[in-house]
Amino acid sequence: MSKVLVVTSGKGGVGKTTSTAALGAALAKAGKNVVVVDFDVGLRNLDIVMGAERRVVFDMINVIQGDAKLSQALIRDKRVETLSILPASQTRDKDALTSEGVEKVIAELREKFDWVICDSPAGIERGATLAMHHADVAVIVTNPEVSSVRDSDRIIGLLDSKTERATKGERIEKHLLLTRYDPVRAARGDMLKTEDVLEILSIPLLGIIPESAEVLRASNLGTPVVLANPDAAPSRAYADAARRLMGEQVPMTVPGEKTGFLNKLFGRRVA
Amino acid sequence: MAFVLSPDAPLRSWLAELDAQIERSATFFAGRPIVVDLSGIPDSDPDLETLFDELRSRGIRVIGAEGVDGLTPAVQSVGGPLIGGRPLGLYEVPDDPPDEPAAPEPTSMVLDEPVRSGQTILFPQGDLTINGSVASGAEIMAGGSIHVYGVLRGRAIAGVTGNQQARIFCKKLDAELISIDGLYMTAEDMDSFRGKSIQARLEGSSIIITEIS
Ligand SMILES: Nc1ncnc2c1ncn2[C@@H]1O[C@H](COP(=O)(O)OP(=O)(O)OP(=O)(O)O)[C@@H](O)[C@H]1O
Ligand SMILES: [Mg+2]
Repeated sequence: MSKVLVVTSGKGGVGKTTSTAALGAALAKAGKNVVVVDFDVGLRNLDIVMGAERRVVFDMINVIQGDAKLSQALIRDKRVETLSILPASQTRDKDALTSEGVEKVIAELREKFDWVICDSPAGIERGATLAMHHADVAVIVTNPEVSSVRDSDRIIGLLDSKTERATKGERIEKHLLLTRYDPVRAARGDMLKTEDVLEILSIPLLGIIPESAEVLRASNLGTPVVLANPDAAPSRAYADAARRLMGEQVPMTVPGEKTGFLNKLFGRRVA
Repeated sequence: MAFVLSPDAPLRSWLAELDAQIERSATFFAGRPIVVDLSGIPDSDPDLETLFDELRSRGIRVIGAEGVDGLTPAVQSVGGPLIGGRPLGLYEVPDDPPDEPAAPEPTSMVLDEPVRSGQTILFPQGDLTINGSVASGAEIMAGGSIHVYGVLRGRAIAGVTGNQQARIFCKKLDAELISIDGLYMTAEDMDSFRGKSIQARLEGSSIIITEIS
């Protein structure tokens, strides 16, 4: 059965696009059929992070407006066969993204792929609500700082009230992905503690991705970090997170710690 | 901390919209400190001078204005322009729940979900119990008392329909604002109770907080 997953945050620049590419690549490497979908109309980035920017001919809006077929707009990844990207339009207006159009595209993608991963734009406006609307699963990307946590809380509220599942009275599965976690700053107490973030947001933890120069290097290469350097710490953290998405039980590692209190917390389903 | 109303020009039609909103959410402005942002209104708007009287006559408690350069008499009448305010994002005034015919109305409501930032829970009919936390930037309002079995980080507004007996209870206080029957207390005034289990009630014209064990 196919799953639609939205990667969202409210706050900008926290690592949504990076995480979309990395989780998408990790799931595809595990043999799943995956498409990553860019919802950031006018500020598209996913194509660059995926190294597909020179191969974009048609985009989602062309498909919505009937100027291209979905199969023409999908770009197959050159490194992992089961990974595709559906780019956003860089030139069109956000309003070209109609909710009927999005619904149709998502329905068609569901038929072709095991995982449809939607990279949400920042904010809580139309683009973000459209990106989350059809999701079965949400990954809420959060940095360990107060403003990011509050914005994530806001987004969780929208996920629980505005999405298709919510309006049908069903639950949307939510996971917290803590990114740009800096062990040195954590040790100094400069960042919010993981347990405090978990307590405030009260959703289960999917993984903790360390701050790492590898991420920037990979994105400049146009390669998701899990493909550019699979052994790097952020890559392993993303790979573990992807396995958890597939339902596997994987012990939680905290960057900079050998073992952690989190294994007790992981999987705990809080209210 | 206060809510900011941002009128659009022309003021006359904005006031009409406001009336329609008040119609739908009768208790929304009750006891709520309001700042008016005039940056969208040209000085030439004929209704500017009387704006604050219009707002007052609708029971809206204006504590200041912003987005104005000069001190017009109208702005002075509400205490002058505010500076150093911090925008907290747009807020949609929630509509009152539609009137339901027949069957006696329930007088209490229990929620088993945490209240998230940006959400407003309004229960003018009686007591409101939240079995979870109330996030920073969230707001819960009740005609009666409020009970929070979790951390209260946002705002809790009890007795919105004019109930002096209303109280606020919470397992852990970290609130941005609490208010009972129009009186309110902001975070700074509650510092000594931060992190504690408390109840808040009215005594005369002040809010009294006591620790509960
Ligand atoms: N774990 C990490 N370590 C170091 N840098 C990171 C990490 N994660 C993301 N970054 C960097 O942070 C920046 C923002 O990341 P990204 O574009 O993924 O965020 P976003 O949430 O998609 O942003 P936007 O809201 O603008 O769409 C990028 O330069 C990215 O390389
Ligand atoms: Mg992005």
